[in-house]
Amino acid sequence: MERPAVKDNHMEQQGNRARKVVKPHVVEEWVGKVYTAICILVLVVTIGAIVYFVSSRGLTTFIKDGVSLSGLLGGLKWDPEADIPLYGALPFIFGSFSTSLLAALIAAPLGVCAAVFMTQIMPGIGKRILQPVIELLAGIPSVVFGFVGLSVIVPALRSIFPGQGIGIAAGAIVLSLMILPTITTIATDALAGLSAGLKEGSYALGATRWQTIYRIVIPTTLPALLTGVVLGMSRAFGEALAVQMVIGNSPHIPHSLFESASTLTSVITLDMGNTVMGSAHNNALWSLALILLAMTFVFVFVVRFLERRKNR
Amino acid sequence: METQSLTAKNIHVHYGEKEAIKGVSLDFAPREVTALIGPSGCGKSTFLRSLNRMNDTIDNARVTGEIWIDGENINEPGVDVVLLRQKIGMVWQRPNPFHKSIYENIAFGPRYHGIKNKKQLDHIVEDCLRKAALWDETKDRLHNSALALSGGQQQRLCIARSIAVKPKVILMDEPASALDPVSTAKVEELISELKQDYTIVIVTHNMHQAARVSDKTAFFYMGKVVEYDRTEKIFTNPSEKATDDYISGRFG
Repeated sequence: MERPAVKDNHMEQQGNRARKVVKPHVVEEWVGKVYTAICILVLVVTIGAIVYFVSSRGLTTFIKDGVSLSGLLGGLKWDPEADIPLYGALPFIFGSFSTSLLAALIAAPLGVCAAVFMTQIMPGIGKRILQPVIELLAGIPSVVFGFVGLSVIVPALRSIFPGQGIGIAAGAIVLSLMILPTITTIATDALAGLSAGLKEGSYALGATRWQTIYRIVIPTTLPALLTGVVLGMSRAFGEALAVQMVIGNSPHIPHSLFESASTLTSVITLDMGNTVMGSAHNNALWSLALILLAMTFVFVFVVRFLERRKNR
Repeated sequence: METQSLTAKNIHVHYGEKEAIKGVSLDFAPREVTALIGPSGCGKSTFLRSLNRMNDTIDNARVTGEIWIDGENINEPGVDVVLLRQKIGMVWQRPNPFHKSIYENIAFGPRYHGIKNKKQLDHIVEDCLRKAALWDETKDRLHNSALALSGGQQQRLCIARSIAVKPKVILMDEPASALDPVSTAKVEELISELKQDYTIVIVTHNMHQAARVSDKTAFFYMGKVVEYDRTEKIFTNPSEKATDDYISGRFG
């Protein structure tokens, strides 16, 4: 008696399943889920692969070639082709930090003030004309920035300051132009997104427009503004070509802003083609790439932290 | 003129081509609450915003007519808007505390009008919070973020903030419509107390609220004032049919 009952039940379940699959919205839902899952999987695998590859290569320097971490991070001399090769990356780390910090220092006030003008002072012209122009700046290839830097900024610096004109200062100026759109665009979005109520509240208390801008608008949006600056800095940190064209590329810590120097990225792009895969020199370059990658993570965490503060 | 604290004469407001207010004249008596009621889009908020030149901040808005306070027509190009807004405070529908501490929210206005002395500021903060019936709830956390307060507390903080610059008139644009009933009751109670010192103009959608808190009521319809009278008269025996229809819920 039990058997047929079980069978019936089973068939009924099958019938149910068959009917469910036919329903179009269930299929749509399923296709959507699978498609998006594949997309995210591709992304995650790619990122994972990059991190794994850079780390495995970069760590070889320490494991196989016997370079110590402190020797790499703190060493002042970079001479991988010498009889006793030296892998001191401090000059490059210094170059990368100083150029991107200086670039941020130059571009942040400019970008934030431009955003204030575009959103608070002349929103009409700002939205229609200035914003597209600044976004255009973001689309200019870095080689063009480098070329302009080499033929305009470097000669200008040479004629004003002692030295060849190439160096940290030239690199920072070129980078500041390149990160200006990033900082301005993010600052513009942040300022435009500020609720009108806050500004009106300030006006209604008799505050002037400037008082409202620097006491209410800027402090309220500060985390978002800083997010823009940090993103700009991380772009400056990773930029290779334009910097390489104007910085001079000598592996020393310079004594002035107008002396030839190098960055992590510029030394990688310059040397990578001249080394053999798997050689100690090549591995050392991967170690530099690993430092860049680590810095990128740091920047991402800083941005995350700022975003959390913004939402508080 | 002397008996009125605020007088609007023949106010017209244009947004671009559209005329939102079509000639409104109203007198606001000192230490009274005047309610502006009317269906959505009738122009009552627009009119309210004209009174402290808040429409200046809107690009294509144009306000014509005269607004008299302290024997001065404030709707003229040469008027110092900063001083004017010190005289006429404003509170909005959505509480808009600054992203600062409770203390700094109150001290913000006085600082801009030249009060730097810490003791004096402390005194103003306590006084305003007491007047807004918020002191007991906030005295232990004056330096905490104002955003941590509840919606009703935030709104009372905004009212406290507006009286910190010692205005004569306070404009309120639906001050309780985003609040729960308990907070609404507290805000209404506060309005009744504040009217001893200030002239209050309040826009409200809530007819019961208008009846409860106001001394006079103006009924706005299509950019004009249909009727302006004592609140009891408006709600019990209006002269105009449109007013009667609106307050009894037949339209709007």
